[in-house]
Amino acid sequence: MTSFLSLRGIGKSFGNTRVLDGIDLDVEPGEFVCLLGPSGCGKTTLLRIVCGIEHADHGQMLLGGQDIAGLPPAARGFGVVFQSYALFPNLTAAQNIAYGLQPTGALAREIAKRSREMLDLVGLAAHADKYPVQLSGGQQQRVALARALAPNPRLLLLDEPLSALDAQVRTSLRSEIRALQKRLGVVTIMVTHDQEEALSMADRVVLMHNGRIEQAGTPDELYYRPRTRFVASFVGRMNMLPATVLPEGRMRVRDSELVCQPGEVGVGAQATIGIRPEHVVVRRFGDDVGINSFAARLLDTEFFGNRTAARLACEPLGIEIEADLPVDHRDVEPLVPSSMVHIQLPQHALSVLAR
Amino acid sequence: MSAIADVDPTTVSTILDQKTDLLRQRGAFDRDRWLTGAAALLAVAVLVVTVALPVGALVGQSFFDRAGAFVGLANFARYIDNPALVRSAFNSVWLAVVSAALCTGIAYVYAYGLTLSCMRGKGLLRAIALMPLLAPSLLPAISLVYLFGNQGVFKGWLGDVSIYGPLGIVLGSVFWTLPHALLILTTAMATSDGRLYEAAQTLGASRWRIFRTVTLPASRYGLIVAGMVVFVLVITDFGVPKVVGGQTGVLATDIYKQVVGQQNFQMGAVVGFVLLIPAVLSFLVERRVRRRQAAALSARATLYVPEPMPVRDRALLAACLLIAFCIVVMIGMAVFASLATYWPYKLAPSLKNYDFGNMDGGGWGSYFNSLWLAVGAAVVGAIATFVSAYLVEKPRHFGLLREVLNLLANLPLAVPGLVLGVGYIFFFNAPSNPLRGLYGGMAILVICTVAHFFSVAHLTSLTALRQLDREYELVSESMGVPFWRTLWRVHLPVAMPTVLDVAGYFFVNAMTTVSAVVFLYAPQTTLAAIAVLNMDDAGDVAPAAAMASLIMLTAALGRGLFAMAGRSVLARTQGWRGR
Repeated sequence: MTSFLSLRGIGKSFGNTRVLDGIDLDVEPGEFVCLLGPSGCGKTTLLRIVCGIEHADHGQMLLGGQDIAGLPPAARGFGVVFQSYALFPNLTAAQNIAYGLQPTGALAREIAKRSREMLDLVGLAAHADKYPVQLSGGQQQRVALARALAPNPRLLLLDEPLSALDAQVRTSLRSEIRALQKRLGVVTIMVTHDQEEALSMADRVVLMHNGRIEQAGTPDELYYRPRTRFVASFVGRMNMLPATVLPEGRMRVRDSELVCQPGEVGVGAQATIGIRPEHVVVRRFGDDVGINSFAARLLDTEFFGNRTAARLACEPLGIEIEADLPVDHRDVEPLVPSSMVHIQLPQHALSVLAR
Repeated sequence: MSAIADVDPTTVSTILDQKTDLLRQRGAFDRDRWLTGAAALLAVAVLVVTVALPVGALVGQSFFDRAGAFVGLANFARYIDNPALVRSAFNSVWLAVVSAALCTGIAYVYAYGLTLSCMRGKGLLRAIALMPLLAPSLLPAISLVYLFGNQGVFKGWLGDVSIYGPLGIVLGSVFWTLPHALLILTTAMATSDGRLYEAAQTLGASRWRIFRTVTLPASRYGLIVAGMVVFVLVITDFGVPKVVGGQTGVLATDIYKQVVGQQNFQMGAVVGFVLLIPAVLSFLVERRVRRRQAAALSARATLYVPEPMPVRDRALLAACLLIAFCIVVMIGMAVFASLATYWPYKLAPSLKNYDFGNMDGGGWGSYFNSLWLAVGAAVVGAIATFVSAYLVEKPRHFGLLREVLNLLANLPLAVPGLVLGVGYIFFFNAPSNPLRGLYGGMAILVICTVAHFFSVAHLTSLTALRQLDREYELVSESMGVPFWRTLWRVHLPVAMPTVLDVAGYFFVNAMTTVSAVVFLYAPQTTLAAIAVLNMDDAGDVAPAAAMASLIMLTAALGRGLFAMAGRSVLARTQGWRGR
C-alpha cells in the first residue's frame, strides 16, 4: 500500500550549513505526525519544504505516488497554520475563514455556509463578526485553524501552533486540536519543540537532531524504547550509565554487574544503559534486596507536589542517579538527606542506547 | 457535522484525480510570481528613466561642449578659472555651515522642550514650529525684505548691515529648515531610554551630568543627521538666495543663471555636478549613521517620562516662546503685507495684491496649475510609492531585482531638485528621446515632482508595510489566493492611513517646490511658487507675498484634508485596529 505522503532523501543547505540531511519519512492516511526537536534541528525547514515555501536541494516528495516537490504551495492544496496565526487584522473571523474559499470559485452563499460550519466546528459561532484583536489568543488560534481547514486541505500543517499561548490554554487546545483532527481524519504534520505536546498529541513522533531523523515512532516507543542517548535525554529525563557488555546478558558498570540484555551490542563493546528516574525503585536500607540492587546515599530531594525527586550517590555504580521517591515515603519516616537507601534498577526498565 | 466529514482524505485516488487541477493551479502560481517580477522590473525601469538617466545625462553633459564633442575636464577647468563661480561655491559652503549650526542649535533647544521637559503648550508650540513646512522657502525671504529691507520696519536694527546678502540667506534658511531639524531631533529624543535616566539618578548624578552622559550621547546621532540634512537643504535651496541674496552668489543661483539666464547648459551641468557632491556625501554619511543608531537602540528600552522641574521648564518655555514668536512674525509679516493696500504707506486691508490677473507670472492660471500639480503628485506619488514599497518588501522571489529597486527608490534623496530639473532638460529634451513629447507639459511636472520627493514617501510606506506580518503572503499563497487580492483586501486597508499621509506629503511639497520645476515649466504650465519668484523679480513684492500666502493656505488646507481623511479612516477602522 502506498503511503499518503512519502519523503525520500530530502536534503537542504543554506550556504554551507546543512539543515536537512537525507530525510526519509512516510506519513500514513489519517495520521497525526509531530516533528519534534531542539531549535535548529531542521524541523521547521522540513515543514516549509512540505508546504512548498522552501524547496529541497534534493530528494523526492510523493503525495499519493505523485511527485510534488516542484509544485508551488498553492498547487499542493495544504492547509497551514503559522506560529503567529497571521490572521488578517481588518477581516472578521468569518471573513478570515472565507478568505481561502474564494479562489475555489464557489458561490457566495456556499462560502458563507462553509464559513459558518467551520466556526461551529471550532466552537466560535458566536464570534463570527469579531475582528482578531477582539478575540483571545486561543480563539485566534482556532480561527487560524478553521481558516486552514475550510478549503478542505489534503494535509494540515501546523507550525508551533500553541507556542504563543499561555500554559492553560495550551493544554486545553492540545486535546481540542487532536479531537478535531481525529474527527475530520485529516492527515496532519505539526512542528513543535515541546516534547510534552508531541507525546500527548501525536500518533507518531519524529524526533530530529542536526538535520537527521534521530528516531521515529509512537510516543510510547520514543519514551520507553529510545534508541540513542539523544532521544533518551530529549524526551523525558534519563539516567545514563556507561557500561561494558559482558557475556550471558550481563553488563558491567564500574565494578558492579547488572543483569541486562545488551540487544545488538556485541560482547566487550561499550554501551550506555538508560533508566528513567520513575523506574528506579528506592527502598529503605536493607529492604528486600533483589536483582540489580545497590546501596546509595540520598543527597537531596526536590518536592514537586505530585512526586518527590531525589538525587542519590551510588558508590558501586560510580554515578549520581536521579530517582523518584515512593509516594508513601513520608508516611512512615521521611527520607532525609544523608540517609542510606537501597535502589533497584529493574531489568525490564533498562534501555541500551547507542552513541 | 459538516461537509468535511463527507470527504475522505484517505482515498489516494481522489488526489490523483486532481492532477489536472494541480497543473492549472500551478499556472496561477507562476502567473503571480512572474507578475510581481514584471511589476518590479517595470518599477525599476520607471525609476531609471525618471531619476537615474536624467542625473546621468547631467553628469555626462558636464564633459561635453555645446556642440556635443567630448572635452574631458575642460568645462571644469573653465569653472575653476571663473572667480565669480568659485566664490559662489565658497559662499554656498560657509553659508550652509553657519545655517546648519544655527538651525540645529535652535532646533535642539526647541526639541528638548517638546520632548524632555514638562513645559506647557507643547502641542501649540509644535504646530507653530512645523508651519514653515507649508510655505515655499521664498516666503521667509520676502518677509525678511519687509522686515529688514530698504523700506523695512526694523531696518534700523541692522545699522549698516544689509539684509540682502549673507545675513538674509542665513536667517531665511534657518527659518524654513527649522521644522526639518526639529522633526529629526524630536524623534531622536523621544526614543530616549528611560532606564538610563533612572540608573543615573539612583547613582546620584547631577542634572548637568545626566545631560552630559545620557541625553547628549543619546541625541548625538540625531544632531549629526539634522546638521547634515539642513546643510544639504540650504546648499541646494534656490528660493532664499534668489530673493535676499543680493550680490552674494551661491551655487543654486549660479545654476539658474547659467541655464535660464545665459542658456549655458554645459556650465549649468558643471555647477549641478558640484552641487551633487555634498548631497551624495551627506546621503552616504546619513545612511551610515542611521544604521549605527539603529544598532545602538535597545529593543527593551523603556519610554522616558520627564518629571516637572519648574526652573528648567520655565526657561525652556521662554526660549521656545521666543522662537515661536519669531516664526509667527516671519509668516505673519508676509501675510500682513500682502493684505495691506500699499505697504508701508497705506495699511488699510485690501485684496488688491491678490488680483493676480494683472501681474506677471501667469496670474491665477499659475495657482490652478499648481493645484492640479499638487493633486496629481499626491495621487500618483501615493500610489507609486505604495507599490514600490510593496514590491521591495513583500514578494519572496527576485531578491536582487528588489534590492536594486530599493536602491533606486532611495536615490532621489541624494539628488538636489535643481540637479534633477536640469537633468530633466538634458534627458527629456534630447531630440533622440521618444519621451520628448512630455517636455513642456503638465505630465513632466508631475513626474519630476513625484521623482524629486520619492524617497521619503517610499521609506514611509516601507515602514508601514514592514509592520505587517510576513506570513500573510504565505497564508494567501498556501490557499491559492492571488497576491493582488491580498494586496487589495489586506495590505491597502491596513496601510491606508499611511497612504493618505504620503499623499498629503506630496501635495504640500508639490505646492511649495521651486527647485526642480523652475527649469521645466512652460508658458501654459507656470506654477504658483514660480509666479512668486517672477513677481518678486519684477519688483511686485506685495503680490509675490500674496501668492506665497495663498500657497501656504492651500498647502495647509490640503494637508488638513488628507489628515482628516486619515483620521476618519482610523476612526472607521477602530474596530479592528484595537486602539
